[in-house]
Amino acid sequence: MVAPGFLLLLVFHYLPVLGNVVAFQDYNPYYGDSALSALIGSPFIGLENFRILFADPAFWDAVVNTLSITAFQLVFFFPLPIALALLLHSVMSKRVKSFVQTVVYLPHFFSWVLVVTFFVQMLGGAGLLSQELRDAGITPPEIMSNPDTFIVLVTAEAVWKDVGWGTIVFLAALSTIDTDLYEASAVDGAGRWRRTWHITLPGLRPVIVLLLILRLGDALTVGFEQFLLQRDAVGRQAAEVLDTYVYHQSIVTADYGLGAAAGLFKAAVGLILILLANRLAHALGESGVYRRS
Amino acid sequence: MTRVSRPAWQEKPTVAGRAGKGTVLTGVVLAVLVPLWVVLVTSLSSRETITAAGGLVVVPRGVDLSAYEIIFAGGQITRALAVSATVTLLGTAVSLVVTVLAAYGLSRPGSLGHRFLLFYFLMTFLVYPGMVPSYLVVTGLGLKDSLWSLVLPSAVSVFNLVVVRAFFQSLPGELLDSARIDGAGEFRILWRIVLPLSKAVVAVVGLFYAVGYWNVWFSALLYIDDNDKFPIQRVLQSFILAGQAPQTSGVAAGTALPPTLAVKMAVVVVTVVPIALVYPFIQRHFTRGVLVGAVKG
Repeated sequence: MVAPGFLLLLVFHYLPVLGNVVAFQDYNPYYGDSALSALIGSPFIGLENFRILFADPAFWDAVVNTLSITAFQLVFFFPLPIALALLLHSVMSKRVKSFVQTVVYLPHFFSWVLVVTFFVQMLGGAGLLSQELRDAGITPPEIMSNPDTFIVLVTAEAVWKDVGWGTIVFLAALSTIDTDLYEASAVDGAGRWRRTWHITLPGLRPVIVLLLILRLGDALTVGFEQFLLQRDAVGRQAAEVLDTYVYHQSIVTADYGLGAAAGLFKAAVGLILILLANRLAHALGESGVYRRS
Repeated sequence: MTRVSRPAWQEKPTVAGRAGKGTVLTGVVLAVLVPLWVVLVTSLSSRETITAAGGLVVVPRGVDLSAYEIIFAGGQITRALAVSATVTLLGTAVSLVVTVLAAYGLSRPGSLGHRFLLFYFLMTFLVYPGMVPSYLVVTGLGLKDSLWSLVLPSAVSVFNLVVVRAFFQSLPGELLDSARIDGAGEFRILWRIVLPLSKAVVAVVGLFYAVGYWNVWFSALLYIDDNDKFPIQRVLQSFILAGQAPQTSGVAAGTALPPTLAVKMAVVVVTVVPIALVYPFIQRHFTRGVLVGAVKG
């Protein structure tokens, strides 16, 4: 029963993992008559691709952009689903609550092409905001193509798409908190905010730590399609992240060895990060992503 | 307004608090709905209305379906919708079959090679191939310009597999054992007993897969060069974001020029509609689906 899934992963997951040897090759896709013969026939050049990669300032730009966006979103995106979940949880009317949930979950299912399209239509140069501002005699600001504020823009897009979806996990955690705790502390005179601080937030702590760890372990991933779609409008300097760098180095310019080296670097660092983050979780007394065995 | 009982120990909500909550929630809801509304209204507007509004239309004035007539007249957009529908139906079917089978196989500890297989599937979370080797494998298999290139590489989502497996494990084992004693084979048990009990989780995972296939864009950028095989997201991107006009047919020479903005917005609407139609039916099962995955992931 497991066989079809096993084979699909073998061919499309583990075979490419092995295919990462091209990172150590001067890979020539036109060598021989198949990808396999090109793989076997291309000469090994050791760490030459990595040397070129680490000497490329564009690569370090991409690393810096990626890490800046991760850090920015940790501060300005990560707390928002928690806040929204708390707010939703405090809504008494079931109808209002489920209506808001239905609406805010929806954008999670939109593709990035759609999300960027909506933003262009609302905030772009020919969008609704500019249209209204021009009618009012105000020169509209450049929002969609300004590299200086790009980090805010991509965060806003990510929030629009996923803030609602992010509340699900927190709402579920909130519903497991024992209401007797609230009652007891209210009887003891704790007000609304004190109850939130001393009961609700500690109740959410395991989930928050888990998600924080997953995010830290994934620090080199900030999304790919979102950036590829907007790279031309904003420019490489602000919009190049590691994944788009890999794409342009390999697929666009056909330098597969260099692209694979960048991809392998990312995967290796990512693996180390997730293991470290998990250690951190254990040190904090949380169960982390997987159990210690 | 419905009165919901407030526990006796809870303070009466203050007026300011309720107003604040209401404002924030209204703002959040409007932030999602206003773009959808404007796009929908503009797609249904006539050329005159759009010109009068100076672009996007917020307040509808009459309904004009000419934009939809153009995109369904058999041009590139019609083809792209057909391609996306095919990929979505085919892909979701393949993914569900493979995922359910593997999840059932992996839900029974003690079978041959169980630990190895579980490890094999779960390791995909930690060790993943980069873009380049995947590209070389898919093109090396001759899948370039084949719609299978949009299906097979992403056919198994181990995340979804874990969700389904966790649900299967939560079913009472006695049920399966009694069927086994009565002589039912594993496939029969899966089909006749396990699946009928698992409709909710299969529906949620099916939605996740279907949305993934409907939204496929980058794979098409990598593997599909043939315009006639572009899925809808690819057309949407080149038409709206990159500003290339799609080839439309069916507009006879001499008829009035199509209202381009309305056509663009109509493409956005037809990309949203399938998602908006399916999702409310499955929404109430989300929490369970997502949570199981989050806890076990």
